[in-house]
Formats: sequence, structure tokens, C-alpha cells
Amino acid sequence: MGTILSLKNIVKIYPNGVVANKGINIDVEENTIHAIVGENGAGKSTLMKIIFGEETAEEGEIFYEGKKVRFKNSLEAIGRGIGMIHQHLMLAPTLTVAENMVLGTEPLKWGLFLDNKKILKMTEKACREFGFEVPLNKQVKDLPVGTRQRIEILKVLIRNAKLIILDEPTAVLTPQETGVLFRSLRDLQKRGKTIIFISHKLKEVKQIADRVTVIRDGKDIATKDADELEEHQIAELMVGREINFERMPLPEKIGEPYLSVKNLTYINEENLKKLNNISFEVHKGEIVGIAGVEGNGQTELVEILTGLRSATSGHIHVNNREITGLSPRQIRERKVAHIPEDRMENGVAERASIQENIIVDRYYKEPFSKHFSLNWKYIESYTGRLIKDFNILAQSGKTPITALSGGNIQKVVVARELSFDPELIIADQPTRGIDVGSEEMVHNLLKNARDKGIAVFLVSADLDEVLKISTRILVMYNGEIAAEFRNTKDITQEMLGPYMLGVKNQNKVTAEER
Amino acid sequence: MEKFIIKYFNLIRIIIAILIGVVISIFIIFIISKNPGLSLKSFFLGTLLSRGRFGSWIEMSSPIILCGLAIAIPFQAEQFNIGAEGALFIGAAVGTAFAVSTRMPAVLHIPSVLLVAGLTGAVWGFIPGFLKAKWKTDELVISLMMNYVAYFLGLYLINYYFRDKAAGYLVSYKLPETAWLTQFIPGTRIHFGVIIAFVFALLTYYFLYHTTTGYEIRTTGTNKNFAKFGGINVFMVIVLSQVIGGFLAGIGGMTEVMGLYRRFNWQMSPGYGWDGVVVAIIGQNNPLFIILAALFLSYLRTGGQILNLLSDIPSEMVIVIKSIIILLITAEAFLQRFKNRITIREAKMREVPDESDN
Repeated sequence: MGTILSLKNIVKIYPNGVVANKGINIDVEENTIHAIVGENGAGKSTLMKIIFGEETAEEGEIFYEGKKVRFKNSLEAIGRGIGMIHQHLMLAPTLTVAENMVLGTEPLKWGLFLDNKKILKMTEKACREFGFEVPLNKQVKDLPVGTRQRIEILKVLIRNAKLIILDEPTAVLTPQETGVLFRSLRDLQKRGKTIIFISHKLKEVKQIADRVTVIRDGKDIATKDADELEEHQIAELMVGREINFERMPLPEKIGEPYLSVKNLTYINEENLKKLNNISFEVHKGEIVGIAGVEGNGQTELVEILTGLRSATSGHIHVNNREITGLSPRQIRERKVAHIPEDRMENGVAERASIQENIIVDRYYKEPFSKHFSLNWKYIESYTGRLIKDFNILAQSGKTPITALSGGNIQKVVVARELSFDPELIIADQPTRGIDVGSEEMVHNLLKNARDKGIAVFLVSADLDEVLKISTRILVMYNGEIAAEFRNTKDITQEMLGPYMLGVKNQNKVTAEER
Repeated sequence: MEKFIIKYFNLIRIIIAILIGVVISIFIIFIISKNPGLSLKSFFLGTLLSRGRFGSWIEMSSPIILCGLAIAIPFQAEQFNIGAEGALFIGAAVGTAFAVSTRMPAVLHIPSVLLVAGLTGAVWGFIPGFLKAKWKTDELVISLMMNYVAYFLGLYLINYYFRDKAAGYLVSYKLPETAWLTQFIPGTRIHFGVIIAFVFALLTYYFLYHTTTGYEIRTTGTNKNFAKFGGINVFMVIVLSQVIGGFLAGIGGMTEVMGLYRRFNWQMSPGYGWDGVVVAIIGQNNPLFIILAALFLSYLRTGGQILNLLSDIPSEMVIVIKSIIILLITAEAFLQRFKNRITIREAKMREVPDESDN
């Protein structure tokens, strides 16, 4: 065994001035599973893209199999036996599994037409060789995420990759699917492959990795054998300080129901039933968390609750008044705050300044404006106060959103949504892709809101988050509420899993958990 | 230095684009002109050498400013309505029809004629705007086609119902004197329409950056989903931005008729609406920059006319310059490498420790 990949003093600066890597050194041993951990924005993905030839480093050297390399594009990297599975899977949805696997290296008849027989033979052989089972003739769009990921891995293997990079492969998987993935990775290691595994989930890292490199703020902080490190030690290295993993204490007092959803059904443009007769309540002073694999109707539910989409049937009441069919502004006027799922898509206007982003739901009210005329002086000082209160790292309210990091952008969103005295907070993936420090702050803000008697409705794909802060948990599967868990203290991820996957359903089988 | 360049990069980029356009045109003139000295002088200085030409520079900027604003407001809302030319033409035609068929004192006649022209233009903005907001039709295509509708409809109206048969060519009746905009600088034809254009530019600036509706327009333009999420009525903004644009273009056409010719005499579409697109792009949709861009463009246009008269270079030279500038400004990659280098250098100084530290 020797060193297969060696990175020396890698520096990467993006055209917008963001310094993603500030001199990183890592050695990856052959035939190991090497985890690279760090918070979001620490520079992990950038580093991987540099290895894979998708980005070029401004400084530093890469040695692969003992030779200095400088890949101009990913094709060169693939040619040398490096494969990468991106965080966002890159498959052509309307092509079959087999076609996807050979895409880019497809065998041709007379140099012009696809050789379908050969394609099938190649892909079948690969499946057999590596013990992967995938439906070769099905279109990718009909397959679940876990299977798609296996296709991506096969795609890399069929190109004879020796070094396989997986960028946060578990982010989109359920606990059960993660188990399957890890078994495959172990198996590949036995066959002599080297695997680089990116993650910020510590449990997984401990479970799968032989060696661990921690990256913080664009620098490598430590590289050690996985056995030498405890979970909390890795976490502390990642963040640079101690952090609190404990679940939040449950509220002392829960009030009246504040949000009530009755028999809500939504059928989308493609005639698919995305929400099927959903009913639930959120009381004042509690946090109700929705757990579930993404795409099971959570997005539609939140958009209907906030007026961005209209329900097909059913009723929604806030504070005993019907809000079904009201516009986003009318719902906001009923003191409903909304932290959106995708902050860049809905939460902010990127090219606008912080202050222009803060006033989007209140610019038409006094003192922000009077007789159609905006009071910029007031808006500026108001924004200045929020920047201080919410600890946003920015020079002033005039700073454009583009100049902020993900965590700070989310703070702008949270600052806006929590600063108009809401009575109900709808938080959809409120900490996705932000650093642990900002995450802790958001969690505390939601807890404080809860303790003030505000009703909080949380949707998250991160089970740790749901378990940490929820008072009550609902599991959503296929547009229905598959389970409800009242006492969140004793719930584990594994107990939620079967409901998230649709294996169990409290409505259909009497479940023992209730 | 780096910080300064990053901050004003956009402005620097535009100025460089203009300079390149000018340099290339000088180069071309040198190649094709038999007397390049004279040609260059008439093109670049001719405008300043006589009072009349100076006047035509200033007066020509007026419709270009108004059309620039007419394009910029929908552009700010990310609506690519390029129907200013049609709104200007039909606005002027209907305004003329109204002016010659009514009798009022000047204090009423001038504003009501302008209003009629503006409202006609507004209708021209409303149609693509409404279709876009309601059925997501492409406002670019619709407004482009509506330009032709405006052109033929306007000609039909003037040539069949308001044609002055006493005049030797195809023009409308002369407007009654109560609907004239005074030419107030002797020796030139600079008229009150110029002042109207400047005032509207300042008003538009205030409107866009200091009123709630302007904020709604700009926010919808930067991120429509975000605007909707925040409770802004995006439907209304999409329609309104194009209605206001059409209104300004209609006025732009009418001031030209009321101040300069005093009758509708266009048999060809005058092209101010297209120049509006050019100045909106050069001026980055900012009304104050649009004034400068319009003055620059009408200077070129005047220079082009002089070139046509006094030298062996055709006035199409102006189109060459215009095209080069627009090409460079709209090409996102232009100077991007230069900016990247500067940004990286600046970031390195800021964040990467010296190698000696390692």
C-alpha cells in the first residue's frame, strides 16, 4: 500500500473573491476509505472538484500515483482512473439505466449508431462483477434516489476508476439506504478501490472511514485514523469549539391549537396526488417537526400553507380564521412567518442589498414608507439593528446578498421572518447548508419563539434536526401523514425510518409506537 | 486600487466598450475615406461647430431619453418589452389625430394631447404585459410584433383620415398652434419637449429607487419568486411596468411631433425606440445614466448626419459604433478575466497566509 493521491498546499480562489481553499495538504493511502469532513462552506466540495479536474487551483500541486498531475477537465481525470459521484446526481432522466452508465463512452456501430447489444453486455457484466443490482432497461426518472446513486457508482466503475470520490452521498438517503450504500463501499474497498468520502455527518464517518481529514475554513486541521477520534472530537475539530448535541428540553406548557389543517388534498399539474387528505394541528408553544424523505409532499404542503400554491380541497385555519385561498401577503398579515426551503430561490433577491431583502414584506407599511415614498433613512437604521441583533457578518445594510456566505444569507432570512412578531413560524429546512454555528443560533431562536408561546411548524430532511428540536413529530410519506410521535425523547432515527420509506403506516396497521 | 476597480467595474467596462467602439470607427474611417481628416472632424466635432447642429443634437436626445426610460422600466422588472418604437409611433399618430380634431386653450391642449399619446402608448405596453402575466406569452415576441401593428395602424390613421392634401407629400394636418411646444432657443429648434424628457428622467429615477412601486418593480426583476414569496403582487408589477413604459414612449413620440415638425410626418418608423433599447443597456437601466447615454447616442446620430452630408462616409457608420458597443456591453465575458484576476489578487492579499508561515 502506498499513497495514491497527495495534495500539496492547494489554494483555490473563486472569481467572486471567495477563497475556498487556503493551502490544503492531504495524503490518501491506497485501498482505504478516507473521509473528508467539515462544515458546509469549509471547502470540501471545491477540493474534490479540483482533484477531479472540474476546477483549477490557483496554487499547489497534486500527485496521483506518484506523478504530478494537473487535470484540465474531468475527462482527463476519468482517463487516469478517478471517478466522482456528485452531491446532486448527474444522470439523464429520460435515458435508461444502461444508457446512462455508458454515457460519454458509449460503444458505437460504424462509428455512428449506438450499439445497444454491446451496451447491455457491458453493463450487465459490470453489475455482476461488482454485485450491484439495478434495472438496466428502466428509465432513470422512474427510480428512487438510492438506486440512482448506485447507477452513478456503476457509471464510475465501468470506466475503471481506481479512486472514487463521493460528495455527501448520504445527504439524500434514508438511514436504510445509507446502510446499503455503506455495504457496497466496503465491498469495493475489498476489490482494491480507494474511496474518498465527503460528509458532515459524524456518525457515518465513524462507521465507514479508515482515515479522517477535518477541514475548517479552507484549511486542513487534522488527518488521523478514524479509530483515534471520537465523534465529539471530530465535531470540535470541525467547528473549532464545543457544541451541544443534546436534544432540547420539551416545553413546559403547550397552548391552544393555532394552526389547524383539515382534509387537505392537493393534485398537481401532472395530475399526481401530492397531498392526500392531510389533517393536523400545531399548538401555541410547541414545535411540530415533519420528518420524511424529500419529495413526499412537504414542499407542496408548505407552499399551500403560505399561500404560494392553492390547495385542491380542504381547509386551513390560523387562529380560528380560515386562510385557505388567501394571497401570501394576506397570510403574512395574519402573522405567519415563512423560512423557505430554498433560500436562493425564494428567500432572497441575490443582487439586491440586505436592506432591500429585509423590507420585502413590510415596505408598504409605516414607518418604512409613507404615501408611496420609501423612508431609506429609517430602513437603513432598522436593518443596521437587525444586522447587530442577528449577528450577520456584513458591513452595512447596503451590502449585497451576493457578498455574504450561506450562513449569513440564512441569517438575513431568519432576521426578516422573526422580526415582525409572528404568531406562527413555518420553517422549511431552516438550517440546510449552513455552518454549525449558524445552525445552533437558528435552533435557539426557534426554541425561544416556542417558549414565548409561538407555534412552530418545522419541515426538515435532517433527522438529527427534527429529533433535536421537535416537541412532536409527524412522518410524511407519499402525501400522507404516516405516523405521529408524541414523546420525542425516546424516538430514534431507526424508529422513523420504516415510516419514511412507507414500510409501516400507523393509519393502516396499528403500530406499537403510539 | 483593486477595490476601486471591483466597485466601479461595471462603469469602467462600459466606458472601455465605448472607447473601443470609437477607436474602431476612427480606424474604419481612415481606411475608407479619401479625406479622413475632414471626415473625422465632421463626425466627432461637426456637431459642436454650428448652433443649428448643436440644437439638433440636444433636441434629438429628447425622444431617445424617453424611449430609454420606456425600455428601462420594464427591463428593471425583468420584462423584455422592446415595444417602445411601436408605442412611440402609435402614440404620436393618435395624439396628432386628437390634437387636430380638438380646439382648446394651450394650457389644456398641450397636456391633454400628451396624455392621449401617453395613454395610447400605455395600451401598447398593456397588451404584451397582460398576456405575459396571464398566460406567460413571451413579451419580447409580442411587443416586437406589435411594433408592426402600430406602424401600419398609425400610417392608416394619418394617411386616410388626417392627411393634409394641401401638402405635397404624405403628412398630417398641421397641429393647431395651441398644441405646439415652444422652441425657446433662437437659432435652434430646441423645444420644451427636451425639458419634459429631462423631468421625466428625474421622476423615473425617483420612482424606481424611492417609491414603493419602484421597489416592487426592482424586486420582481431581481427575483420574481422572492417577490411573490414576500407578498408582492407580481402580476400587477409585470403589467404595470410595461404600461408605464408604453406611456413614456407615447409621450416621447408626441413631443417630437409637437415641438419639432408640428405635424405627423413619419412615413418610416423613426427608430428612436430601438435607440431606447441601446441607451437602456448602456445606461444599465438607471435613468440618470440613460440621460448621458442618450446624449452620447444623439451626438453620434447628429455626427452621422453631418458625415453623410460633408464627407464620403455614409451615416451608417453610427450603426457600426452602436453595434460594437452593445456587443461588448452585453457580452458577459468581456473583461471578465480581467476582473477575475483583480478579484483573486485582492482576495489573496486578504486571506491567504504567506507561504513562509507554513
